[in-house]
Amino acid sequence: MGFPSTGSRRVRRRAVPILLTAGLALLATACVPGTDGSQAYGPGNGPAVAVPDPAKAGKVTLTVWDQEIRGGTNGELQQLNKEFERKYPNVKIKRVARSFNDLKTTLKLALSGNNPPDVVQANQGYPDMVSFVQAGLLAPLDNYAGVYAWNTRYPNTLLNLNRVSADGTDFGTGRLYGISQTGEYIGVYYNKDVLAKAGVKPPKTWGEFTASLSRLKDRGKLPIQFGNLDKYPAIHTFGVLQDQLAAAEVRDTVLGRGTGFDTTATKDAAATLADWTKRGYLPKGSNGLGYDDAAKKFSSGDGGYLLTGTWLLADLKKAMGDKLGLMTPPPASAGGAPVTTGGQGLAWSITSRSRHPEVAAAYLDFITNKHAADVMTEHGVLPAVPGAAAERVDPDTVDGQMIAGWKRLSAADGLVPYLDYSSPTFFDTITAALQGVISGKTSPEKFAATLQQDYGAFMKKQRERHAATPAPAEPK
Amino acid sequence: MKNPLSAAAYRRRAPGEPRAIGYLYILPALVLYAAFLLYPFGQSVWLSFVHWDGLTVATPAGFDNYRDLFTDPALRAPFAHALLLLVFYSALPVAIGLLLAALMSRARVRGMTFFRTVLFLPQVLALIVVGVAWRSILAPDGLLNDTLHAVGLGSLARPWLGDYDWALPAVGIVGTWVGTGLCMVLFLAGAQRIPRELYEAARMDGAGPVREFFSVTLPGLRPQIAVALTLTIVAGLRNFDLIYITTSGGPGNSTSVPAYEVYHRAFETNQVGSAAAVGVALTVLIFVLTVTVSRLVEGRRS
Repeated sequence: MGFPSTGSRRVRRRAVPILLTAGLALLATACVPGTDGSQAYGPGNGPAVAVPDPAKAGKVTLTVWDQEIRGGTNGELQQLNKEFERKYPNVKIKRVARSFNDLKTTLKLALSGNNPPDVVQANQGYPDMVSFVQAGLLAPLDNYAGVYAWNTRYPNTLLNLNRVSADGTDFGTGRLYGISQTGEYIGVYYNKDVLAKAGVKPPKTWGEFTASLSRLKDRGKLPIQFGNLDKYPAIHTFGVLQDQLAAAEVRDTVLGRGTGFDTTATKDAAATLADWTKRGYLPKGSNGLGYDDAAKKFSSGDGGYLLTGTWLLADLKKAMGDKLGLMTPPPASAGGAPVTTGGQGLAWSITSRSRHPEVAAAYLDFITNKHAADVMTEHGVLPAVPGAAAERVDPDTVDGQMIAGWKRLSAADGLVPYLDYSSPTFFDTITAALQGVISGKTSPEKFAATLQQDYGAFMKKQRERHAATPAPAEPK
Repeated sequence: MKNPLSAAAYRRRAPGEPRAIGYLYILPALVLYAAFLLYPFGQSVWLSFVHWDGLTVATPAGFDNYRDLFTDPALRAPFAHALLLLVFYSALPVAIGLLLAALMSRARVRGMTFFRTVLFLPQVLALIVVGVAWRSILAPDGLLNDTLHAVGLGSLARPWLGDYDWALPAVGIVGTWVGTGLCMVLFLAGAQRIPRELYEAARMDGAGPVREFFSVTLPGLRPQIAVALTLTIVAGLRNFDLIYITTSGGPGNSTSVPAYEVYHRAFETNQVGSAAAVGVALTVLIFVLTVTVSRLVEGRRS
């Protein structure tokens, strides 16, 4: 079934002032930019398929756009591409790798152009993946998920983050539009030397963690290194604090079915963030320090802890060696279930106009299967589903710590999605508001109200959309 | 003997009167200009009248996007910031440039070429490089704060780019640093074209250095001042790279400027119509300001 016609949205012309009507009507009908979603009938949407065999596809060039340009992920992907080409000599992979920002700004044009790539990495959330689905540019993968058993390969929490409802309005539910290679979570990096010198043992509980902050401070060490000039890092720090208080509710809220943001958990987490800044647990003037600069300072021994994503592990390890440790944010009680902000790498998706969807699906499977997981581990990358090679990693190394943390998080369903998934404008709203909280300019109450205003307005719009187009039955 | 026919043809036209063939000469340039400037600009104007996310079908917006420029504080603020930044990007460089030019043209400074080169250098650097360099200078433990601590002014040190009150002036000072060299070189060149006799006459009449500056140098530099103002105003209002590199509009939204807002809306939040409206408004603003400058300062009549 195709998309509900977006044509109905085209006839709101009456609202336009009379004077403009003539000119605009001409423009609106003659050459309105954009697609109407009519290409939504994707390959994964037809009757059940058998396991595709790329070897029988004839000579195929598969164009792949990704943003895995950093050391580990780049190496891992290069190797997998080469292996795929060796396995299927008739397939040639044309890889276009760009930085995350460059991919984000060019992907929209490429997808809506006449010659879109076959496989693309789409960022989860409303501004990218949901918009693409709405425009009918990505192919649903549910059939392939069945054929390749992706449904059982991944935990549901992760799979859901790559889902968009069939009418292209909701995120986190509905059809599958991509699968991810890598896992990632916000962890607590620690400098073993700095902690030892202050007589602090790596904390086992959240209480021990907060107690160690004042101890580090008293010993003249900076407890947590933090730079927020780039705006987004505070989402992660705040997310970890908020997750400690209400992980399940926050997850529901981000996926559009929770209690919203005007909650005590939001206010308390914001208050803690402000309090930590005031007490000097976070560096003074963190709003003026770059993210990379903060990481560099931490790796050179300035700061006991650093709260950031597993994507930084390779870089930090290179600079710090054995001094580096990593743990999940410690749970409330020792040995309890950990919770933190996290998820998975960008989704690998198939475009709806790809001429070789079956080869593309085989490629997606190849770069995410058990063997791929081992290749990723060898390159120091955290696979979304760790394989045999991950078992062999020494648990006392920082890589081992990262893998163990990921496994515990997955088992305990302890991942809370990034807060900026909440609405199309939420990234702007929360980053600006968090800089205000850190500087002491915005009170926790005002902060919670600001978030809720953005979120509430979007939820209202979503409800109106749902009322206008009754959601079609979701295929399971 | 003259060909009577051609003589007649000449008689019909005054010398120098435009002829239709002239359009043929400018055609190649005009085609390029139209294809790469006029057409895209027309497209932007049109996009500013629709709501469009860049992918799905656009819907007519009427004047919505333009009304938002006046009613939405998130859109008004960038324009206010841009106008404030003009003090740093335009007024200060011109003022400092004039001062430097006046000093350099009066006194025989040894190693003049060296100073001129050093002051002009920021103009040669890519703005990205400038942004990265200043980002580290203005960092909490960057060069500026270290210097302040070293000279006992530690109480003034602050995270410049992360301070709600100081981020905008901090970015502004970078613009001043970039623009001053250009203004100075323009004025130095202009000052050399002021006849020496005027200075001699002024000195005969008993004018001091200050009087000489205001009565001879300043009026003589009028065309150069107009050029400098136009260039710096355009550069100041278009300013995107410095903001993008240093603050991304933060902290909060205290350093957002229209050019950054265009990028942000078009590529990051899928509000192409609104982005186009900001772009068109920015173009109009630049146009109005530069016309005003050329009328007032240069004294050019329409």
